[in-house]
Amino acid sequence: MRNIAVLQGLTFAASLCIALPALSQDTGTLKKIKDSGAATMGVRESSGGLSFTTGDGKFAGFHVELCQRALADVQKQLGLARLDIKYQPVTSQNRIPLTQNGTVDIECGSTTNNAARQKDVAFAVTTYVEEVRIAVKANSGITSIAQLNGRNVATTTGTTSVQLLRKHERATGVDFKEVFGKDHADSFLLLESGRADAFVMDGQILAGNIAKSKNPADFKIVGEVLAVEPIAIMLRKDDPAFKKAVDDSLKALIKSGEMAKIYDKWFMQPIPPANKPIGLPASEATKAAWANPNDKPAEDYAKK
Amino acid sequence: MNWDWQVFCKDTIDGNMVPRCFGGAGDITYLDWLLSAWGWTISVSLLALLVALVLGSIMGILRTAPHRGLVLLGNAWTELFRNIPLLVQIFLWYHVVPALIPPLRGVPSFLLVVLGLGLFTSARISEQVRAGIQSLTGGQRMAGLAMGFTLPQTYRYVLLPMAFRIVIPPLTSESMNIVKNSAVAFAVSISELTLFALQAQEETSRGIEIYLAVTGLYFITAFAINRVLHFVEQRVRVPGMIGGGG
Repeated sequence: MRNIAVLQGLTFAASLCIALPALSQDTGTLKKIKDSGAATMGVRESSGGLSFTTGDGKFAGFHVELCQRALADVQKQLGLARLDIKYQPVTSQNRIPLTQNGTVDIECGSTTNNAARQKDVAFAVTTYVEEVRIAVKANSGITSIAQLNGRNVATTTGTTSVQLLRKHERATGVDFKEVFGKDHADSFLLLESGRADAFVMDGQILAGNIAKSKNPADFKIVGEVLAVEPIAIMLRKDDPAFKKAVDDSLKALIKSGEMAKIYDKWFMQPIPPANKPIGLPASEATKAAWANPNDKPAEDYAKK
Repeated sequence: MNWDWQVFCKDTIDGNMVPRCFGGAGDITYLDWLLSAWGWTISVSLLALLVALVLGSIMGILRTAPHRGLVLLGNAWTELFRNIPLLVQIFLWYHVVPALIPPLRGVPSFLLVVLGLGLFTSARISEQVRAGIQSLTGGQRMAGLAMGFTLPQTYRYVLLPMAFRIVIPPLTSESMNIVKNSAVAFAVSISELTLFALQAQEETSRGIEIYLAVTGLYFITAFAINRVLHFVEQRVRVPGMIGGGG
């Protein structure tokens, strides 16, 4: 669920060309990290509480911290005196090629684990489950998607939510009047100014926008979950030793209860740059993923 | 590079190939969507061009009138709409003005963008029309008045027929610009070519094919306007006058 620019598309095409020949050269990420004493973490500039920049080339977020913990465990496992972590910003378009060609060893952003991507890369156990939800004005009385029949529904151009709404209309016969914002802030403004009665988007983005609004109490997230997507840390394919190391580290965090604490830190406590909390408690789906660590693709979630 | 032009034959809901590429009975293919987006681009452009030509001509004429108030009005209009970025103007019309004047909230975003784009372009056309009128020697105006024409008659029968002929080439560029500038309509939720490109390439992962198709349609539209105005230019040419091809 991302916005895309033309240039990024070109970068993607260019990086594909670089990626292909390099595919088979790597002989295990653990060996590479041991030999070089360094690991490269792929991070996002702005993926809500999961992965974001705090300026000056520094990155933080729920997935960034999980990766830092996992790499610390890897360092211990390898018996390295020190391990340099390099941060490499990636985009939706180049993250897979950069992981494949070895530029990035571990991608800690907001990548959906789906069947198509599993052909190219591997995923660690799911650590966050994104739910597509509906945000409305608190006083609107809207509590479910069925009530949006004939109403204006905002979503952001260039995201999969647009297609999701269209599918939903077809399946249920509900007729929305879609209004497209050019970015998430614009879509939220449509809701705020009353041009739209609802804003359909990833729960995390909705919660973040509500937290940043002038009066967060005026808005609420309601209704059924429209779609579910497992978000996971992305790794190179066919590297079971490294995947096991990362998975074991994540499972240990879940077992000790640290996972829930780290989640709380990034989604419930105030975070930079605005020092406001996102205010999104861990969903049942996220808790279920923690209770039963797995790397199932999104398609398996849709079947339920 | 593997081309996949079949992407346009896919249904926009389930992604299945549709025979003969056109949907029907509620099924919409990406080709259907592309053509409807083209229709929106053309509608926005032509209506905005109409607004721009009418208002731009009026303002351009006022700026040459022998009356300080009218000149001031024309100048203020031109500078106001010329000095604010187009995207900001569209944003003002869509978000800010309706917040100040609540009844405007009911106005469809299509009309707002036609107005916004039309007003922006009217400032540029006003400048061209003014330049066209001022390029004529002062003697023409005096001669018209000396013949007993009133001031409006002097404009109508003496000045404007020549001025408009002179500015057809810059007006052609401006008319082609309006097609390209109509891309800002995506920001106010008009389903035109740019919005189609942004959305469809995300859904299909075939960005290069989608952008090439959209680029082609923009080119065809702008070039068609170029040819029409070129034809007009040829037809109204006065032998012996500036650009008349003597």
